[in-house]
Amino acid sequence: MTDNLNNLMQGFADVMAPLNLLLALVGVVIGTAVGVLPGIGPAMTVALLLPVTYGMEPVQAFIMFAGIFYGGMYGGSTTSILLNTPGESSSVVTAIEGNKMAKAGRAAQALATAAIGSFVAGTIGTLLLVLITPFVVDFAVSLGAPDYFALMLLAFIAVTSVLGSSRVRGFISLLLGLTIGLVGIDSVSGQQRLTLGIPQLADGIDVVVVAVGIFAVGEALWVAAHLRRKPAEVIPVGRPWMGRKDWKRSWKPWLRGTAFGFPFGALPAGGAEIPTFLSYATEKRLTKHPEEFGKGAIEGVAGPEAANNASAAGTLVPMLAIGLPTNATAAVMLAAFQSYGIQPGPLLFEREASLVWVLIASLFVGNLLLLLLNLPLAPAWAKLLQIPRPYLYAGILFFASMGAYAVNAQPLDLFLLLTLGLLGFAMRRFGLPVLPLIVGVILGPRAELQGRRSLQLSGGELSGLVGGPVSYSVYAVIVLVLLWPLVHRFVVSPLRARNAAA
Amino acid sequence: MSSEVKDERTVEDSPPPREGGDRAQYGVCVFLALLGTAVIVDALGIPHITSGTDPVGPRAVPLMLGGLLVLLAALYAVDVARGGRGEPEGGEDVDLTSGSDWRTVLLLIAVFVANALLIERLGWVISGALLFWGTAFALGNRHYFRNLLIAVTLSLTTFYAFAIGLGVNLPAGVLQGIL
Repeated sequence: MTDNLNNLMQGFADVMAPLNLLLALVGVVIGTAVGVLPGIGPAMTVALLLPVTYGMEPVQAFIMFAGIFYGGMYGGSTTSILLNTPGESSSVVTAIEGNKMAKAGRAAQALATAAIGSFVAGTIGTLLLVLITPFVVDFAVSLGAPDYFALMLLAFIAVTSVLGSSRVRGFISLLLGLTIGLVGIDSVSGQQRLTLGIPQLADGIDVVVVAVGIFAVGEALWVAAHLRRKPAEVIPVGRPWMGRKDWKRSWKPWLRGTAFGFPFGALPAGGAEIPTFLSYATEKRLTKHPEEFGKGAIEGVAGPEAANNASAAGTLVPMLAIGLPTNATAAVMLAAFQSYGIQPGPLLFEREASLVWVLIASLFVGNLLLLLLNLPLAPAWAKLLQIPRPYLYAGILFFASMGAYAVNAQPLDLFLLLTLGLLGFAMRRFGLPVLPLIVGVILGPRAELQGRRSLQLSGGELSGLVGGPVSYSVYAVIVLVLLWPLVHRFVVSPLRARNAAA
Repeated sequence: MSSEVKDERTVEDSPPPREGGDRAQYGVCVFLALLGTAVIVDALGIPHITSGTDPVGPRAVPLMLGGLLVLLAALYAVDVARGGRGEPEGGEDVDLTSGSDWRTVLLLIAVFVANALLIERLGWVISGALLFWGTAFALGNRHYFRNLLIAVTLSLTTFYAFAIGLGVNLPAGVLQGIL
């Protein structure tokens, strides 16, 4: 424990170097600026800005990344409060009350409770990350290949079955991702798979190209096909502030939202959708002003926004300690690690300890910078929302192409980017969720590796996939998740009906 | 719980359900079935190498994935036949009440392909500027001269900042030696 504390202090010392502090500031500013832009969620913000860091040392890159991460998150909530129709599912709930508040002339208070709530939740969440991650690392070190394989299967099942509205569509997206992950030379046997004889495909399709293609190019094409000719109305806003009454009504929802958000983010079936909904429902039940809900209640912004940010901090626990991404942003962050040749997982804390603790320290610093910046800069961010749409999407395609080309300096990547963009377009058209695909691309090859490693130990017997209590329990959870609709129909619903009758 | 939860953001934006469901989804089924078959065919072409350290070999996973793709194509077709449809994604700038504007999409694709073909020959500064200008044009902006100014400024700035400043890989093309 004291070791970690020392490491963290060292991390703070590193971040406080003037150049690094500047990078953190730049990260927060461009993260927020890009995140505020309509149609750009946090995952796309991180994916688009990844190439900016290519020329940097890993430490500097991650300091900037931490800023981009929280900046992108905060930018998204500004958009949903001032524009309604949020770009990403985690901000859906914030928009419900936040936009009503803004329309009622309380935009300043809505933005203030979102900004301060994000700061509170982000700080507590990062603190919990520091406290919990070492235990998860200790646990993860003891895991063998069969356990990792089971955990990755759980992540696959969770992103397809728990989130989203249709299992079939979730699984289709996952399989598409796994297929993309298959392209390239098999790392065990050295055989080419799905490379179509194209030598540049032997190294596989870069995850950054996949993420930018699906998120950025797919979104640009999709919007181009359905561009709202009349730009959405932006609610003008002054400097955010809150009165004493707003503080009194906000602080409990912030803490409750944090309590919902962090654990859900940290679970393999995480994500921000469920905790933000739970937080909203809780605040609606506990509020002393039920008449305001649906018309702009500050609790309905404070709680979900805190839940959203706390869950973002929570997702970093499995991402750093086990190498399991549970939301799109964490998946892109994982890709960023890999582009530096760093593999997240329990060994990360041994091999790259200084890097990890710098990253965590910059999360604290970035969070604080975000609060200091966003209260005075909110009117400027609101102006960004009025950027003419042709310029916005031209800019997205411009930076997407630049980033994808910069990965390997080959034009083929631009054609791949377009193909993936068309896939992203089709997925948006048919309501296929995007997250399972990204998780599939990143975890697929590693799941195959762990699975084959498990079977190597057992000489090819399938029993090798079940190795010890951890994998047993994980498989039990998987079965439960898969059978949940049946359990619900035949056990939960009848019980509930009987209770209601009694 | 998954099947009951409806994505709230798309509900109010979605067009009224068309008669007879969303037939275009069958196209996705066909695509998935073809993709699955292609994955299986590709896997069968890989030599079946197994060893003591790798009893599974490189073929097993693609064969399984291909099979699952074909299976999912069938399950999806069943879902569509029973009236299932995915909600098209909404968003800040998305208006789903009118049909798709294919002309704009095709123009965008053309501009994008032009950039991919020209980037090495002409260099990022020229091809990137064309990409920005062309996209703005495709999306209906008609300030030709102003856009050209913005496009060139943007591509020059990114080239100097990223390629020369931060060492990111961007080609200079025909402007090699001038920039």
